[in-house]
Amino acid sequence: MLYRSALNRAIDECMEEDESVVILGEDVGRYGGSYRVSEGLISKYSEKRVIDTPIAELSIVGNAIGMAIAGLRPIAEIMTENFSLLAMDQIINHASKLRYMSGGKMTIPMVVRMPGGVSRQLAAQHSESYETLYSSVPGLIVLSASNATYAYYGLKWAIKSNDPVIFLEHELLYPMEMEFKEINDFDPFRAEIVKVGKDLTILTYLKMRYDVLEAEKDLAKKGIDAEIIDLNSLRPLDIETIASSIKKTKKCVIVEEDHKTGGMGAEVVAQIMEKCFFDLDAPVLRIAGEDVPIPYNRKLELSVIPTPEKIVSKILKWKAENGI
Amino acid sequence: MTRARVEKFYYLMKLGREFELKAKEHYMLGDIAGFLHLDIGQEAVSVGTMQAFDKGDVFTHYREHVLAIARGMDPKIVMAELFGKKTGVSKGKGGSMHLFDPKLDFYGGDAIVAGHLPIAVGCAYARKLQGEKAGVFAIFGDGASNAGAFFESINIASAWKLPIMFFAENNYYAIGTHISWVSPFVDLKEKAKNYMLSFECDGMDVCDVYNTVTKAKEIIENGLGPVFIEAKTYRYEGHSMSDAGKYRSEEELEIFKRKDPIENLKKKALELDLADEKYFRELDAKVEYVINKAVEFAKNSPEPEIEEALEDVFCKECENVIP
Repeated sequence: MLYRSALNRAIDECMEEDESVVILGEDVGRYGGSYRVSEGLISKYSEKRVIDTPIAELSIVGNAIGMAIAGLRPIAEIMTENFSLLAMDQIINHASKLRYMSGGKMTIPMVVRMPGGVSRQLAAQHSESYETLYSSVPGLIVLSASNATYAYYGLKWAIKSNDPVIFLEHELLYPMEMEFKEINDFDPFRAEIVKVGKDLTILTYLKMRYDVLEAEKDLAKKGIDAEIIDLNSLRPLDIETIASSIKKTKKCVIVEEDHKTGGMGAEVVAQIMEKCFFDLDAPVLRIAGEDVPIPYNRKLELSVIPTPEKIVSKILKWKAENGI
Repeated sequence: MTRARVEKFYYLMKLGREFELKAKEHYMLGDIAGFLHLDIGQEAVSVGTMQAFDKGDVFTHYREHVLAIARGMDPKIVMAELFGKKTGVSKGKGGSMHLFDPKLDFYGGDAIVAGHLPIAVGCAYARKLQGEKAGVFAIFGDGASNAGAFFESINIASAWKLPIMFFAENNYYAIGTHISWVSPFVDLKEKAKNYMLSFECDGMDVCDVYNTVTKAKEIIENGLGPVFIEAKTYRYEGHSMSDAGKYRSEEELEIFKRKDPIENLKKKALELDLADEKYFRELDAKVEYVINKAVEFAKNSPEPEIEEALEDVFCKECENVIP
């Protein structure tokens, strides 16, 4: 199943079974969605429930909050993660706090979907990964979908959730054909053990999952048996799954596409320190994006984010340095 | 209309058109990547505005190759930037959407819709404070006219009587969303007319654009700004190379192609006997030469060094002390 079809199916089924579900955003309706996620929905559910908005991100999310207050279940689509910064005030000052500020009286059942990450030469204002900004906010649930199965079940769960969910996607994943697995006991907050291994634990999420899987082939040839975990949920973090893996492997590597300083891995490391300090044989290795805006030139672009080759060489160097 | 003006307008519009066609060709060949927003059909706006607003500061959106060239940026370094080369105006770091040259007072290439408008307003405030009469020119599309930043900008500029010209380039579509679906006004000047003097010009007619901007420039120079101008225009291509533009009808496209700014200027000049066919053929040959040189330059230029990816985040002094 195509990644984008999994998202489409999740939205379609939710809209079918619950008429309070609506979708709004730039080009989501007549155009069919920038990445074709909402393709076909407007003809099925009309423009009353598939709402083409102006270029006004603050209002897209603000309006969604209002719709949620009124009893709808809005799915707000932000065209690209960089644009979500325009909606940051509504997401953080409003959506994340309304329940708390009202002493629990307000309920905001809303999903904000947004794709991020380095696609191909879209330069600094269209390539960022800001998961760390959202996952640091109390009152938000932050899910990241790296695959069709999680995209489908995770988005369905998010739409039915009674709290605001930031649903992160990646621009390069939309056209990818992926395996789809039926799940009976889906838990959005459970990390996925993608590959079982005994030598070291690699934590990753979103598109980096595929770079790690690519790197793993090389590591395996060198006799390194890595356990790969896809975090899925960035807030809350499934620290139990992480901790039990580290207990076994004694070593941990985090591979993330966002900037290293204050990036997603920083929080993961902090929680590992709290939970697994005495299990570790070596300092946790963070393989992350460089602390620079994303450049346009392809060679420079690839030089500032992790690639399978860099993942392998950094792990080998780290192993040698730490004698592990 | 004079022969000299016809020459300048025709040459620059043709240069813009051929530049974009070459960029499209090299995008297909894989020499250019990312988002490429072509200006084909909208050259009268890019050239007419930049020829009239020849002093002062310019802030633009991301459909800005022709604006940059009409402002005086060498097509070579624009093409090299599209190719992602070290010799590009932004050293290959910005690409198509991010062309900047402070020497030309060209602070172009903002790829966050309407994001440059509050910045342009701030610049206008500073110019007023500094006693600079020329002021600021800010161009944006119909899509931006629905963003909060737009409304904040026209309000502040008007409240503080700033020397700024807001130029709305209305090509009717924000990617695939028609302005009438998301705004009560198809005529964008309706949004601004209670805040400031507002004019409309024909965005397919370079002389009309030029004359209207010239008039607005005088108002600004006399300290009577801000001013708002709307030009209705049309892009012949999709929003970017990743958009096939299927949401528009062939008939609609044909209506605007019949008003093609380059062909119509030529026709008018021939009618008025300001030039003959041979004259235009010579200009076309000059354009072809310049564009071929630009492509050759871009092709033969070196890629940036990998280490450059880590440079330019801070000033040199800071880069030396920040690990």
